[in-house]
Amino acid sequence: MKIVVAIKQVPARDSLWRIASSGKWIEEADLSYEINEADAYALEAGLQLKEAHGGEVVALCAGPARVTQTIREALAKGADRAIHVEEDDPGALDPLATARLLAAALHSEAPDLVLTGLQSDDLGYGQTGAILAELLGLPHATIVMQVEKQDGGIRVKRELEDGWFQHVEMPLPALIAIQSGIGKLRYATLMGIKKAKTKQVRRVMAADLGVAGPEGAPAASVTIERLYLPERTKRAQLFEGNPREAAAQLVEKLRFEARVI
Amino acid sequence: MAPRHLEKVYAVEHALLEDYTPDAYTIALRQLLELAKPSIVLFPHTYQVLDFLPKLAASLGKVAVSGAISHRVDHGQLVLARQLFQGKVNADARFAGDAPHFASLQAGAYRADQLGPEGTPPGPEGTPESAPHPAAAVEKFAPRISPGDIRTRPLELFRESRQSLDLGAAEIIVSVGRGIKEAANIPLIEKLAEALGAELGASRPICDAGWLPMERQVGSSGQTVAPKMYMAIGISGAIQHLVGMKASRTVVAINKDPDAPIFEVADYGIVGDLFEVVPALVEALQRSK
Repeated sequence: MKIVVAIKQVPARDSLWRIASSGKWIEEADLSYEINEADAYALEAGLQLKEAHGGEVVALCAGPARVTQTIREALAKGADRAIHVEEDDPGALDPLATARLLAAALHSEAPDLVLTGLQSDDLGYGQTGAILAELLGLPHATIVMQVEKQDGGIRVKRELEDGWFQHVEMPLPALIAIQSGIGKLRYATLMGIKKAKTKQVRRVMAADLGVAGPEGAPAASVTIERLYLPERTKRAQLFEGNPREAAAQLVEKLRFEARVI
Repeated sequence: MAPRHLEKVYAVEHALLEDYTPDAYTIALRQLLELAKPSIVLFPHTYQVLDFLPKLAASLGKVAVSGAISHRVDHGQLVLARQLFQGKVNADARFAGDAPHFASLQAGAYRADQLGPEGTPPGPEGTPESAPHPAAAVEKFAPRISPGDIRTRPLELFRESRQSLDLGAAEIIVSVGRGIKEAANIPLIEKLAEALGAELGASRPICDAGWLPMERQVGSSGQTVAPKMYMAIGISGAIQHLVGMKASRTVVAINKDPDAPIFEVADYGIVGDLFEVVPALVEALQRSK
């Protein structure tokens, strides 16, 4: 089975967020980056399928030069090769623009299965997977907790609301958007890290794919007007000082003011 | 639904829509859009919508503004706010180009109970909006779908195991989030829950990681609770979590980030390192007994 896993590099969760002077993106200086959490699970699902059924795992990642680090980690964990779509301004991309790049980069690949994370930790649209399926003409399922290969296709377990689940069957090729938390993530081994250095990374310039850049890009249907830090309307009574004092004050309030303990 | 200030309701009916599939829903809605020619199409931001809306919008060359939390009208144009970076940054988005435009609205961002029953004037008396609204006409729409259009085969719905734990019955809930860092630190929170006589809850990532069972998850994909006291420890307060607990009578938050959204819904808070604050709290509770 030839499996493509689309991964994204996002700012680390505990970053200090500042708005860039353009007002349209965040200040990227001083940020550290990591693989998007749901994408790490998508990669894990892909690697497990390959281990069980053979084949190849190709990591696909769009972004500026810094994403090389995330690609290298995916290779170290066991991806066989990677495709890097070089796009210098990740803030300018909406999920349709991203999916168009990814679809174009997969043109010559013909994968049996495309895996994505459900949602990115940065833009958080939760749409790239389903859009990519539409562009590639593939059936899809999102919020998937489990993927099983069966005769003539796959069977996936979807998470629904309120604790319900559903199995869905579909033929291959297909696209599956993976929910965080399926299985345990593996670490890269020393051997894996060593091997990653010799694995192939195909670089494609976004502008060469004919779907991005000022000439090739179809007009965006949504424009981001501005980014801003949300105003916090705090109503909490905050207790500061050393933890011991703060805790004592809180207990006092809970007992005599809120009367909840 | 029909009697609430709506002009018309389309009931989209087809045997192939009985079991949800993204293919059939997309086909049916595209046909409805051709007929109804709306300028804006709004959806609830649910798991099901998230499964088919991106496909529907993309098939028309559009991006949906997913998870909108509020809106305003500026120079006759709709501006939607949505959250980025797990709620740490907001963005204002505007539609461009031709209709239709698509958005999904985050649960909890709008209140259904602010919508009056049939005939209730939405505007102040004397304004055009205050005229009583007649019940909307319901028009049936039968899309053309054939079995061959549907590529996925949905099977029966099921639950993992009977949820044995009803957090809704708990008077006090102590919930733990990412701030706890690793499974080995969970006993720290258990000790606090014990000191308070509380049930233990958690935010999604904790249950995803298997550090606490799924049945303890509070939020849009877990349980919705409204206890006498809800204590959120190391939970930043993503909207999906807030939806599940913001009706609690008293909310206490302990978090190292003073800008964490959880402090917006908290009544009391301690900004600090939970690994210092929680043991101090356990001690203070034991002392005051």
